[in-house]
Amino acid sequence: MNATSLPEAPPHSSSSLLESFPLEVVSLVKHFGQIQAVDGISLELRAGECLGLLGPNGAGKSTLIRSIVGRVIPDAGRVSVFGFPASTSEARSALGWVPQELALYPRLTCRENLAAFGRYHGLSGSQLAESVAWCLDWAALEDRAGDLAKNLSGGMKRRLNMAAGIIHRPRVVLMDEPTVGVDPQSRHRIFEMIEALRGNGASIIYTTHYMEEAERLCDRVAIIDHGRIIAQGSHDKLVHDTFASRSQVLAHFAGPPGVIEAWVERHAGQLVDGAAEFTIEDSTLIAGLLDDAARAGLELEDITLRRPNLESVFLHLTGRELRD
Amino acid sequence: MITPIVRTAIVSLRRDRAALAMSFILPIAFFSIFATIFGGRHDSTPRVNVILVDEDHSRASLDLVRGLQREDSLVVLTRPQSKSKRAELLPEYTADSAEAAVKAGDAPVALIIPHGFGDHPISFGRDSDPAKGGVSIQLLNDSSDMIAPQMVAGLLQKAAMTAMSSVMAEEGIKRFDQYSGGFTPEQRKRIKAQIDQSRQQKNDGTASGSGFTSGLIAVQSRAVVGQSKRNPMVSFYAAAIGVMFLLFTASNSAGVLLDEAESGTLDRVLSSRVTMTTLLIGKLTYNTLLAFTQLTVMFLWASSVFKLDLFTHIPGFVVMGLCTAFAVAAFGMLLASLCHTRAQLGALSTLLILTMSAVGGSMFPRFLMPEAMQKAGLFTINAWAIDGFTKVFWRDLPIRELWPQVGVLLAVGIVLFVVARRIARRWEFA
Repeated sequence: MNATSLPEAPPHSSSSLLESFPLEVVSLVKHFGQIQAVDGISLELRAGECLGLLGPNGAGKSTLIRSIVGRVIPDAGRVSVFGFPASTSEARSALGWVPQELALYPRLTCRENLAAFGRYHGLSGSQLAESVAWCLDWAALEDRAGDLAKNLSGGMKRRLNMAAGIIHRPRVVLMDEPTVGVDPQSRHRIFEMIEALRGNGASIIYTTHYMEEAERLCDRVAIIDHGRIIAQGSHDKLVHDTFASRSQVLAHFAGPPGVIEAWVERHAGQLVDGAAEFTIEDSTLIAGLLDDAARAGLELEDITLRRPNLESVFLHLTGRELRD
Repeated sequence: MITPIVRTAIVSLRRDRAALAMSFILPIAFFSIFATIFGGRHDSTPRVNVILVDEDHSRASLDLVRGLQREDSLVVLTRPQSKSKRAELLPEYTADSAEAAVKAGDAPVALIIPHGFGDHPISFGRDSDPAKGGVSIQLLNDSSDMIAPQMVAGLLQKAAMTAMSSVMAEEGIKRFDQYSGGFTPEQRKRIKAQIDQSRQQKNDGTASGSGFTSGLIAVQSRAVVGQSKRNPMVSFYAAAIGVMFLLFTASNSAGVLLDEAESGTLDRVLSSRVTMTTLLIGKLTYNTLLAFTQLTVMFLWASSVFKLDLFTHIPGFVVMGLCTAFAVAAFGMLLASLCHTRAQLGALSTLLILTMSAVGGSMFPRFLMPEAMQKAGLFTINAWAIDGFTKVFWRDLPIRELWPQVGVLLAVGIVLFVVARRIARRWEFA
């Protein structure tokens, strides 16, 4: 793979455009009937940055992405790409979208799929041929270039799906859960592709409900729940803002639910999916917690002490698991 | 265990509207169409248009004309029909214009009563032979309609026996007088009185029927359309069956739009520089070319295997083929845009296409149908396409004569596409 061959971004004549964020979303709102899918989201994507959108299924991530690419008309708010409204051809040319679905032509070969989407973006001639070759290389599909898309493995289809999204060499790439349903090896391969893309200066929005993907790939993470961004920042900042220097204790007890609830409340913890969660400054405090539980007649089943991560942050902020 | 299985199947069927339509609506629709065409709707038996030219203007020919005009099964046309209120100003048909009208498909049959018919209206074998100075009624027919000429020939004889009874009697007595040595003056007087009385009864409408029937009038049939065709019905069926399957192909091909919407490919395409209008025009173009190719293959097959004369009708075939392909492609696009799933499209297209094909003449010629059904057929693409191809391959008409069919098919295609584009707005944005 030749990751360094991604061409430079096309120059903009206006200096004000150079100062604009690659992507800016302001107070975006979208309802589907009674359901508020996006509830006033604002965010900026900086040049060369990978911003993770982390949230459970149904949080509003895909609706936000589809609003950015113009497939959903927001009820309120605005989206601009390098200062251009999202509906303009300038914005469309600068945006690349990798949808969650395998949006390919199953009876076309890998090469034909890429060429078709390239033409839809206005590429032709040698420019198209170069882009197709680059994308096949980037997705490590050169030796399968003549195979029908429907005959590829799941991981290869995902890679082709990604390649089709960047065939026109966009400067801003929106990836909507690109690793759904792929095995660990293919996932690793996809991570390498994304890192190569970043290495060439692309700005990326990456939606996922896998905490480890967000931690590995993203400079910043916006945690989304019920259509709103409930926290935003780098991994360390989010963890620090939520837990400071404290550690997280998760414990399961057997006993009357009312007694467990009273005990958790007494120690300023919270119950998350049946587990008692506490944040503590010092691990020596665990002994005191367990003594008090024993006095309350609760029987300890298991206990975990862990350093907080993004999933801990999400759990702490929403009271729910990321994979709900 | 059987009951839960049956119950599950019933509930599933009840919620599958497409399957329900296929199970109940389609059979009922088809039964109704066939019953109307072939069944007990006796009040709407098809009437045959027949052009009548009376060159003789004798008493016998006038009787025959009146007799034919009284037939409920015939629509006797003595002058071209016009939609304008000045129809009465159009001149009566002549032998030449009647032949041209049959060739143009205005009527399947024309009857020419020639000069001299009244001299010897009743055929006595050799008397009707033109080579021997005999006079025959000319029956000009379009051989694509195998029923109308037979029907008119039969009704002509019936009219002769009922409407011309006095003439027949007069003619018979004349021959008897000629070959038996002659009647006495008294006999002649009584016979004349009897014939006059018969004629008076007929004019009063009190004639009892065919009391004086004897012999038949001479009729000479001639096919003025299709007489040189090697395989007369092939062009009809090539067009009729071809159009029906074009409709199926077009709706199936347009259904790709539904697959693309479901897979997310449509979203991806629309997020590029491609707009919905561009996309639909692209698909319409492809579907039109596909349908035209399908028609071409079908006619080439008909040409090579069934001796259809394709190569002397290439311009007409191209014009009609492209117009038909465009209309069916737009029809397919409309169906695809109306439906939300492939299953819906399958059910709706089957229902509509089979109905259109039955009413529009793809399954059996429209001239077999009751008049109302023939008019209903004009609301189908099939009828206009078949009429156009018939003009090209059967009547050998020049391309300029295709303007009604070309105009209607193009207009239908444009309207259907515009409606499809409007409905497709649901895919554009959420």
